[in-house]
Amino acid sequence: MTTTPEKTALVNVTIDGVQVSVPPNTLVIRAAEQIGVQVPRFCDHPLLAPVGACRQCLVDIPDAGNGKPIPKPQASCTLPVAEGMVVETQVTSKVADKAQQGVMEFLLINHPLDCPVCDKGGECPLQNQAMSNGRGETRFEGVKRTFPKPINLSPQVLLDRERCIVCQRCTRFTDEIAGDPFIEMVERGAQQQVGIAPDAPFLSYFSGNTIQICPVGALTSAEYRFRSRPFDLVSTAGVAEHDACGAAIRVDHRRGKVMRRLAGNDPEVNEEWISDKDRFAFHYARQDDRITHPMIREDGELRPASWPEAFAVAARGLHAAGPSAVLTGGRVTAEDAYAYAKFARVSLGTNDIDFRARPHSAEEADFLASFVALNADVSYADLEAAPVVVLAGLEPEDEAATIFLRLRKASKRGTQVVALAPYSTRGLGKMNGRLVPTVPGEEAAALGSLKDAEFGVTKDAVILVGERLAQSHGALTAALELARTTGARLAWVPRRAGDRGAVEAGCLPTLLPGGRPVADASARIDAATSWGLESVPEKTGRDGDAIVAALVKGDLSGLVIGGVDPDDTSDPAATRAAIEAAGFVVSLEQRLTEVAALADVVLPVAPVDEKAGTFVTWEGRPRPFEGVFTKPGSLPDLRLLAGIADELAVLGQGSPLGFRTVAEVRAEMAAMGPWDGERPELVLGKEPKRPRAKAGAHALASWKLLLDRGSMQDGDANLAATARPAVARINQAAYDALFGLHDGPASVVLTGDRGSVTLPVEVADLPDAVVWVPANSFGRGVLADLASPGGSVTVKGAK
Amino acid sequence: MAEPKSLKEQFWDPVAGFGVTFRTMFKKVVTEQYPFEKLPTAPRFHGRHQLNRWPDGLEKCIGCELCAWACPADAIYVEGGSNSDVPDADGNSQRFSPGERYGRVYQINYLRCILCGLCIEACPTRALTMTNEYELADTNRADLIYEKSDLLAPLLPGMEQPPHAMRLGDDEGDYYRGTYAAPAPTEGGAR
Repeated sequence: MTTTPEKTALVNVTIDGVQVSVPPNTLVIRAAEQIGVQVPRFCDHPLLAPVGACRQCLVDIPDAGNGKPIPKPQASCTLPVAEGMVVETQVTSKVADKAQQGVMEFLLINHPLDCPVCDKGGECPLQNQAMSNGRGETRFEGVKRTFPKPINLSPQVLLDRERCIVCQRCTRFTDEIAGDPFIEMVERGAQQQVGIAPDAPFLSYFSGNTIQICPVGALTSAEYRFRSRPFDLVSTAGVAEHDACGAAIRVDHRRGKVMRRLAGNDPEVNEEWISDKDRFAFHYARQDDRITHPMIREDGELRPASWPEAFAVAARGLHAAGPSAVLTGGRVTAEDAYAYAKFARVSLGTNDIDFRARPHSAEEADFLASFVALNADVSYADLEAAPVVVLAGLEPEDEAATIFLRLRKASKRGTQVVALAPYSTRGLGKMNGRLVPTVPGEEAAALGSLKDAEFGVTKDAVILVGERLAQSHGALTAALELARTTGARLAWVPRRAGDRGAVEAGCLPTLLPGGRPVADASARIDAATSWGLESVPEKTGRDGDAIVAALVKGDLSGLVIGGVDPDDTSDPAATRAAIEAAGFVVSLEQRLTEVAALADVVLPVAPVDEKAGTFVTWEGRPRPFEGVFTKPGSLPDLRLLAGIADELAVLGQGSPLGFRTVAEVRAEMAAMGPWDGERPELVLGKEPKRPRAKAGAHALASWKLLLDRGSMQDGDANLAATARPAVARINQAAYDALFGLHDGPASVVLTGDRGSVTLPVEVADLPDAVVWVPANSFGRGVLADLASPGGSVTVKGAK
Repeated sequence: MAEPKSLKEQFWDPVAGFGVTFRTMFKKVVTEQYPFEKLPTAPRFHGRHQLNRWPDGLEKCIGCELCAWACPADAIYVEGGSNSDVPDADGNSQRFSPGERYGRVYQINYLRCILCGLCIEACPTRALTMTNEYELADTNRADLIYEKSDLLAPLLPGMEQPPHAMRLGDDEGDYYRGTYAAPAPTEGGAR
């Protein structure tokens, strides 16, 4: 917006007697910042359009550039510079200073003096600027306007109306940035206030940002209200762990507990915005079922054990079990992923490792190995610059919130978003996107059709493919083909924070760390040399589903499993059976999950705020972070794997991993470096067999909503209350067929090959014979309770 | 050989040395028999803190932590909490003070406290005052961290142990402005 420097002739202005040259259309308030003069302001925000609502930034203009003065003080946040303009701020002009003090006095007339109980007290722009630019004494003797306080705009966001100074930052944010204008100014004059419609609470995925940018304490979160004061918080920079966007966050903590999280400021990634999930979902690490000490199974029961004992038992068990595999889950940091990858190769002597705790395919593994690893073609800035952005198998608002905000910003400047999706989602509407209606499973054909010139997919376009495309045979190949023929750039957007890092670190059956293909002998030798070994295993490993099948069948016996929820995998029942069938299971978990409860050795791992690490964003951008807390008993996965490897080496299996700390792993990864040799080709295999859809059955479209029943949102009741409800969506024709002229709320019974579920139903512009349901908003989720991936369901009206 | 002593030196000087002693015998004794006999301090002596109550027994502390902020010795620890007029699961009120916020945790560490009184000046509700109690010694460290229960003023007649609803007015404004029909606000020993 106004802050973007443009490469044109500069404009010379004089501010407080200091000459400064700034790009044309720069606002006076920004030009003043250039010479170090801070004009007080409330409504002005660099990422929001200028509005001039609070009038606090008045300055005197003795010469508007045409030799004439502007007779009255002007709001510097809406006034662009002009050549030869002379500006006098409160520093040199008594007029400006008096005007600012007058405005401040007006603002404070109705602002309550409840700073001691206000969450903003201590970090409040109004407090600070009343001190720096206000009058020392009040002249107001009347009665302040009061409201009953506070009111809930949403279960999470509370509004103290009497504190509001009507700067409209919140309403402008929701309108301009998030596109969720649930809140708006209502009433007039002194009664003007932020309000919601009676039946539409402020259920935006980005509502937390309004709390952060509120310059007074009018908006507070139920989560943080009265929890602490700014001056007893310690702030540490971090990276959001909920999606693959790598949003910068600021973690505020007190006495070893995280009190709140705020958006960090990173113009290249998340600008200053984060989703509510990144902001409010952090209590999962403090739940009662958090594991605090190692446990080993003895006589069928888990009992506490010391670290050395647990390492020894784990090593003995894995040694005795024989062929073993590793499932890491998608939440690990890149360093931990590297440790898992090396542990599998060096200590277990296998390539049976997979990070994909979700439906996946061999095609996807090939795609990751041949195209995604080491690729950093597309960045957030490219999304903004692209004329066309194609989304396939990706619903950014739910699966990659930061991408959504960037695309929305881009779309307002003319970028056309084209989405291959079953229906026009609310997110697509907010991006002004174009829908290419796509029946699940037919993404490949739809991607092929985009070569048509009418879609404008040219060499400047960007194609974003989501991890869900793995469920659709040929889709990733088609995306690659589309990119090749049109010259458009392609990027893969996973949902989990650790996925991309795990690809780079080699947590795949076909890939060694640094993008080295297992099938390539020279890459294997390169890796072996780097690790000081004679060789690394050369047989291509099993992927997640094959590991599960092999465990059930007995081909594999040992299992090292990280943060995997069986309900996320392609076949939850089979995964559970595999864990039970496995001869020996080592579980590395934060909490006593279902998997940990079945394991033979349970090793507690540190959550992200207790360890250093790196998340790699979907762009391939490393986002390193340091631990917020130092807790002696809370160790990262890599330290535990090193411990087990040491014990295995004593038993004569493998060799020690050669690292114990995050810093050592980082150094080793840097020393190993990326693979510079040939990359494997993507070979499209045969289409896997699918259960035949029954006549009259609906194809099932599904993805996970941003806020759902995920275990990393446990313990955040206020956040959960802002989640979108679980509804099924069908098209109008199907609805009419089921309910006729029935008016009012209706429910449907969906029955698939794994179960049946009753959900309220809504109409959307879906293709015929397609039904959409949220993937993890009811029961144990779609894969466990409804249908297998790519499956179909029957839809019946519920009584 | 030493000079022979004069009569004055022989007889008067040894006695003269006791003059102060003899004179003092007839003066008022200033020694305080402290452990056995406790004398009142100066009225504004800085002694142990006290958390005051409103006349109906609700706490005055709003958990704002300004005392903790003001403390030069970092002796005070406060955590705020939300009052609610909605009874909890057992039907008990959840209101400890008028208004929205109360001090859920309040600790003063008398190993650190220098009794300077800056916290008293910082307190916006006069919840924190100092008593004249000066016997702040103990045999172990843990007991010298006073909890809220140790610091709260005793319940005077007419007061009721919180949590309970606001008895003196409809909202906190009535308390803060003093516009309640008061059972005379006698605050337990505080100044």
